[in-house]
Amino acid sequence: MTLTPYLLLAAALFCVGLYGLLTRRSALGALISIELMANAANINLVACSRSQSGGFAQVFALFLLALTVAEVVIGIAIVLLLFRTHKDAELTLARDFKH
Amino acid sequence: MASWVTFGVLAGSIVLSALLAVTSRRLVSSVLWLGASLAVTAALFVTLAAPLLGGLQLLLYVGGVMTLMLFGVMLTGSGQHESGQPPPWAPARAALVAIVLFGVLGAAIVNTPLPALEGVPSPTLAHVGEELLTTNLLAFEVLSFLLLAAMVGAIVLARKSDVFEARRRNAPRSEEAP
Repeated sequence: MTLTPYLLLAAALFCVGLYGLLTRRSALGALISIELMANAANINLVACSRSQSGGFAQVFALFLLALTVAEVVIGIAIVLLLFRTHKDAELTLARDFKH
Repeated sequence: MASWVTFGVLAGSIVLSALLAVTSRRLVSSVLWLGASLAVTAALFVTLAAPLLGGLQLLLYVGGVMTLMLFGVMLTGSGQHESGQPPPWAPARAALVAIVLFGVLGAAIVNTPLPALEGVPSPTLAHVGEELLTTNLLAFEVLSFLLLAAMVGAIVLARKSDVFEARRRNAPRSEEAP
């Protein structure tokens, strides 16, 4: 077995996430899609770490895990803020936070 | 052969639950399908000789992120249906973009000679720990600062402060002023 099926799986998962990101209107739905895309990147890293003997790629996968969790925390906080100020959590409403 | 069967089952359920997560109209079930997809990914990590990552994936994503998202769905009351009606052509356009991207990525991956996985000694936990705490120590420390910043940022954003609300109240007035 080579790396190819793993990378194809990651590409498919990334494209599913992209589809979700482009169709969702609610901020939480978009966050779910971004999670899927980050997960695809993580599959890539872990598969690449398997094809070499060092642990370097796995360290990057660990970092990505922590980064994604931080991103979700901020994302949920923004969703709650959106809901409190607008009584709705639609993505386009975040435009008001500019300026 | 057994590895192909395992991979096929895992990959199929990952992609299927991801598809259900992005197409489901109810946000609660969407979050639950996301959790299923991430949990099966943890199993895939274990088959790739990364049991540490598999365990952390279960702990952080399925235990932490999914719970957080469920809280988000419940608190915003958007569990029943997704608000708003997307324009009718939006899904078709998004599907086109995704399929074209997958075609490009797939062609690039298939046409690249990639190394085989058999015969390579799998990285052990000792390797990972050594890389993490020697070569990448600086990045590790920076990451802890990032987590601190995320925590403070989340508190500031979700606090009952009224910077955004006051600004929102004042916004129409300031537009009328000139």
